[in-house]
Amino acid sequence: MSEESLSLGAGATSVRVVSARVGLPTRLANLWRRRELLRNLISSDVQIKYKGSALGLLWSMLAPAFTLGIYYLVFSVFLKNGYPNYVIFLFSGLIVWNLFQNAVNVSTSIIVDRAGLVKKVSFPREILPLASVGAAVVFWLIQMVVLVLFLVIFHHAPDWGMLLLLPVTFAALYLFTAAVAIVMSALTVYLRDIKHLMEVLLQLWFWLSPVVYSYSNSIAPALHRHGLAAIYFINPMSLIVLTFQRTFYNATTVTSTLSGQPLHMLPTWSVGTFVALNVGLLIVAAVVFLLALVVFGRLEGNFESEL
Amino acid sequence: MDHVIEVSDVSKTFKIHHERHQSVKDRVLHPRSGRTELFQALDHISFTVDAGETVGILGHNGSGKSTLLKCVCGVLQPTSGVIRQRGSLAALLELGAGFQVELSGRDNVYLYGTMLGFSRKYIDRIFDDIVAFSEIEHFIDTQVKFYSSGMYVRLAFAVAVNVDPDVLVVDEVLAVGDERFQAKCIDRIKGFQEDGKAILLVTHSAEQVRTLASRAIVLESGKMIAHGDVGDSLKIFRDHLLGTAPATGSTATSAGEVHVDSVTSPSGTFDVRAGAGFHFDVHVSATRAVSGLFVLELHTRDGVLVSRSDPQANPVDLRAGVTSIGVDLPHLPLLDGIFDVNVGIYDPRGSNILAWAEKVATLQVTYGGRESGLVDLAPSVHQN
Repeated sequence: MSEESLSLGAGATSVRVVSARVGLPTRLANLWRRRELLRNLISSDVQIKYKGSALGLLWSMLAPAFTLGIYYLVFSVFLKNGYPNYVIFLFSGLIVWNLFQNAVNVSTSIIVDRAGLVKKVSFPREILPLASVGAAVVFWLIQMVVLVLFLVIFHHAPDWGMLLLLPVTFAALYLFTAAVAIVMSALTVYLRDIKHLMEVLLQLWFWLSPVVYSYSNSIAPALHRHGLAAIYFINPMSLIVLTFQRTFYNATTVTSTLSGQPLHMLPTWSVGTFVALNVGLLIVAAVVFLLALVVFGRLEGNFESEL
Repeated sequence: MDHVIEVSDVSKTFKIHHERHQSVKDRVLHPRSGRTELFQALDHISFTVDAGETVGILGHNGSGKSTLLKCVCGVLQPTSGVIRQRGSLAALLELGAGFQVELSGRDNVYLYGTMLGFSRKYIDRIFDDIVAFSEIEHFIDTQVKFYSSGMYVRLAFAVAVNVDPDVLVVDEVLAVGDERFQAKCIDRIKGFQEDGKAILLVTHSAEQVRTLASRAIVLESGKMIAHGDVGDSLKIFRDHLLGTAPATGSTATSAGEVHVDSVTSPSGTFDVRAGAGFHFDVHVSATRAVSGLFVLELHTRDGVLVSRSDPQANPVDLRAGVTSIGVDLPHLPLLDGIFDVNVGIYDPRGSNILAWAEKVATLQVTYGGRESGLVDLAPSVHQN
């Protein structure tokens, strides 16, 4: 059932095989063949999300802006953390987290929400969570534009060298987010609690990632003392957030706006270390993504009797 | 492989949850309840469909015919076995299942089209045809949530049939919609047949299979009990309908008690002159005395139903043993042709078939006049 087969007469017609288990290569090939469906689903997801609201797509900037404002008020103004350019610091991490949270939140219940479709129309089911991730990426791109505007307004230059690494980091972020989204969407079919569990879990996960606080300034010393740094980085979001902060905040040690003392904001790793870590993470994320597809394949066989 | 659809040894097992526990609390508190029972919906089904063939799949509710169709479409994965399908496929399953009500008709055409597996470029080409067929030109840029249910179905149907698939799968959709819509459906299906497309038609209407299909498959509790010629399959379908007809009470006549033995004509021949009367006898055996309703059906060789008698009009009382029922056709309004005769006995309420016999006799009607067609209207024309 492919597009190629429609150029009737031209070229060999495709053969679609329906069997109990679809192998991983076939799964990937099917996804690639149906990329147009993925694109259409993403665009309809983006269109529908703010359909009917007066401000429309502007909300995808306003909502994170409010979050940004609240954290800024609480941590910089009330609690006086003394981080200079805290907005940039906060934004460069928050943007990563927003992508992850949006994607996972929506896709966790996507198969259940679209049960009517899943039970009636044939297409690779993992396209549904992937489309939710895709829509989150679109909103992420809009927020990136805002981040760039912030950098211009605050005359804050990013680390140009690190910027070249960003596609690698983003690829890792995308694959990891997609993997979580795919597995969660399938698990929710069997256990509806996952949806509520994820909402709580994501909050915990957020505070386990160095988005609001500075990793080096707040918890790194304690972690190192107890030899727990490696455990902290089991959370792939930690490294991704740190890489984004290192790229856009572009400072490892700054002067506190409060005491005038030097503050260690970010790890003093060399660019080479960041490259090695991020490439490693990308490989891990790719493997996790493929595993997620395999897990999804195992779980999707009984969707119909559970939906 | 030359077959458009090749179903080999396909089985599908469903888990039936007797008590659904889908939350963690329930699963922890009731680990042993919510046990599942396995239900074999399809049991080692194998068949092939070639290009240009229309295959009817017959079965009662729950026989597994829709499950089979969903497996062919790829909506369901078989538990074991493989289905190979060549070329593109469009399914008239639940029309409009892929629609997003928040989007406009136009967006939905593209979304649904790509969901069926067709490219954007291809849909661009046929977009105007789709809109014309659906007859909702004025509303194509309106959000689908404002559509009437008729518009909704028309648009979905238009997408599904205008994409020009190699294989068309139809599941009982012909049972919905108004008569004009049904006629449009049938018309389209015939068009596909002429274009040499393969069609898989699921229905429990023997009539549709007779008129549309070139071959039929009968499913019964997930097993394929007949596969082949439409007439033979229909005979087996009817026979099994008897075997599994639900008992409606202790006094109900169970299947097998009544049987149509033979149909004979006093003249020994079933050759009839048009317009003349005809008499034949139906010999029915019963294990005990029962009353029932007699039904007579006449079909053309193409499977078109010419006439079915009203069961309520012909009650019969069958003795234990053989009862001979005489059937008088005082004036046969038929023209030249060969007609198959089916006879049956219904229970007194007319809800269950007690006995049924397909093609028990073949009427050969000869007509000397110049009229053509099926029936003789015998019009009298006056000049006023």
